[in-house]
Amino acid sequence: MRFAFTDEQLAFRDAARDLLARECPPSYVRSAWTGDGVDARKVWFALAEMGVLGALLEASAVDVILVIEETGYAAVPEPVVEHAMVGVPLLPDIIDGQHTITASDDPKCVVPFADRADRFLLLVDKRLVLVGQQGVVALDNLESVDGARRSAIVDYSRVETQFSERETTQAFDRGALGTAAQLIGLTRRMLDMTVEYVKERQQFGVPIGSFQAVKHHLADARIALEFARPLVYRAAWTMSEGDPDASVHVSMAKAMAGNAALLTARKALQCHGAIGYSYEYDLHLFMKRAWALAAAWGDAAFHRASVGRAIL
Amino acid sequence: MPRGLVSGDTRDGFAAHLEWERALFDARYAVVSWPEEYGGRDASAMEWLIFEEEYYRAGGPQRVTQNGIFLLAPTVFEFGTKEQQDRILPRMAAAEDLWCQGWSEPNAGSDLAGIQSKAVRDEQAGGWRLTGQKTWTTRGGFCTHLFGLFRSDPEADRHRGLTYFLVPLDAPGVTVRGFGRLDGDEGFAEVFLDDVFVPDGDVLGDVHQGWGVAMATTSAERGLTLRSPGRFMATAARLVDLYKTRGADDPRLADEVVHAFIDAEAYRWQTFLTVTRMTDGENLGAESSLTKVFWSDLDVRMHEVAMEILGAEFDHDDSDWLKGYQFALSGPIYAGTNEIQRNVIAERVLGLPRQ
Repeated sequence: MRFAFTDEQLAFRDAARDLLARECPPSYVRSAWTGDGVDARKVWFALAEMGVLGALLEASAVDVILVIEETGYAAVPEPVVEHAMVGVPLLPDIIDGQHTITASDDPKCVVPFADRADRFLLLVDKRLVLVGQQGVVALDNLESVDGARRSAIVDYSRVETQFSERETTQAFDRGALGTAAQLIGLTRRMLDMTVEYVKERQQFGVPIGSFQAVKHHLADARIALEFARPLVYRAAWTMSEGDPDASVHVSMAKAMAGNAALLTARKALQCHGAIGYSYEYDLHLFMKRAWALAAAWGDAAFHRASVGRAIL
Repeated sequence: MPRGLVSGDTRDGFAAHLEWERALFDARYAVVSWPEEYGGRDASAMEWLIFEEEYYRAGGPQRVTQNGIFLLAPTVFEFGTKEQQDRILPRMAAAEDLWCQGWSEPNAGSDLAGIQSKAVRDEQAGGWRLTGQKTWTTRGGFCTHLFGLFRSDPEADRHRGLTYFLVPLDAPGVTVRGFGRLDGDEGFAEVFLDDVFVPDGDVLGDVHQGWGVAMATTSAERGLTLRSPGRFMATAARLVDLYKTRGADDPRLADEVVHAFIDAEAYRWQTFLTVTRMTDGENLGAESSLTKVFWSDLDVRMHEVAMEILGAEFDHDDSDWLKGYQFALSGPIYAGTNEIQRNVIAERVLGLPRQ
């Protein structure tokens, strides 16, 4: 057995990484909080052009998982997972970048990136349903901890399609897997930021990263990342292979990735000290995304309960 | 598969385990990843992992030969001469020579480079004379040979001037005194050396280069070879069974059991990723420290959950959980404490400045 990505998959990741480093810096993420970006959707269209958004029509989860991870690293303020992972396989006729799907498993029909979408996948009576733009009565904005998420409750009058239980379950798993991958990316980002910071920041005449107390915080975060990541890649692979246990694997991945991100957020904040607690510093853009995503598509306790039903 | 063996860290248990080790060797299952000429099967790293999973899933006992076959052997393959390999490896595989580790000293534990045991050159006799004391030597009281580090150049820096020696424990001047571990088994030993002669042929690697040679061994110990995922998957599976038979619908305990099971799976898949990278020729170096902290903490936690499931029964547990817990508690301490490992992760994986 070789448990590794192909050269093509790595090249796809590298292309996305370069694009996002260029087009989606923290200042761009921050502009999504206020909605006053001059070219607010340029990253979305760039990802569409790169073939990320419609990738699941031709390719499988394992082909895109690293790219999804990179969109987490950059905290892309767009419904990448909701559109590319959850929506596109259910709505294969809208992949041309003309439409934007958002989706959620929230029982109150709260969806992220609501003002960017024209197709809404909502969970109603345990089934995903499609609500189109004409079916929407109102989008009631809801303050999300991550302002870039621009969440809203969808008030709708008409459902276009109701998906089967099986389609719903599979879409949910894809949402949880994509979110787990983004959480891995966010974990890496917060760790990278903090490592750079503690190397530079001097107290008592030395970099604070030379202190054991600081080192051990970050070593723990690095360990959490090390052991969450392979479970995400394994779930992507078994999902692609149609493994009947893939759903359990997704649950393991989401539980571990959520925990890794939350732990790393705490460690990152602590190691930054007061600067990390300030609104002007960029850490909170990533930390708050991690909080939101750890709870989305089933939190760690939810997914451990799912695993428990399979093994206990 | 032998059942109900007494711990191999006792004198009687060790003898019983040796019979098992020799049965494994006769069936060519003792050292599957070694070349055929030394008693192995040329198994790839991935095949070795499969063997380990099956071994522990079937309830296979601890490997009392492990310090030789998993710690010393990789170093002999890497640094030994052909003569040393031919002389040492077949007897090690057959459990005829039994190797223990001579790293720690009373004043050198985590600070391994602080060792004081000396090697003095005996030019006339063509070798070295070793004097000093080693301690915490696991199964030292039952083994026949010791591998260890000795200070051969007292003038050099702490990390230089060390040489890696192979010492038969029946050599004149060697005294071994066994003593009890936490669980009462005589698993530890002190080894006293008083002007013990070791010929040049029993120096492993170059003279004064012992630190680099030893680091190859400790890296193997922290990482994969000593603690393959199979062991922890087997413990996690036993924990699931224990919960199912005793747990009786306690959601909090169920959550703990599942958490441990997921962690064991994570270790398994992290290992597959790691082995694939190694097979592709990557040098992982300090990354083995990530693994050591994770499996040792996981092992303790699994036993703590079992303790809770068993309740008062844990105190007179006859299902190995009590014994296993006491053993698991050594994990975060041996092979470099987890505090040292976190320093290594921070400095050599994350690139933080040294203190």
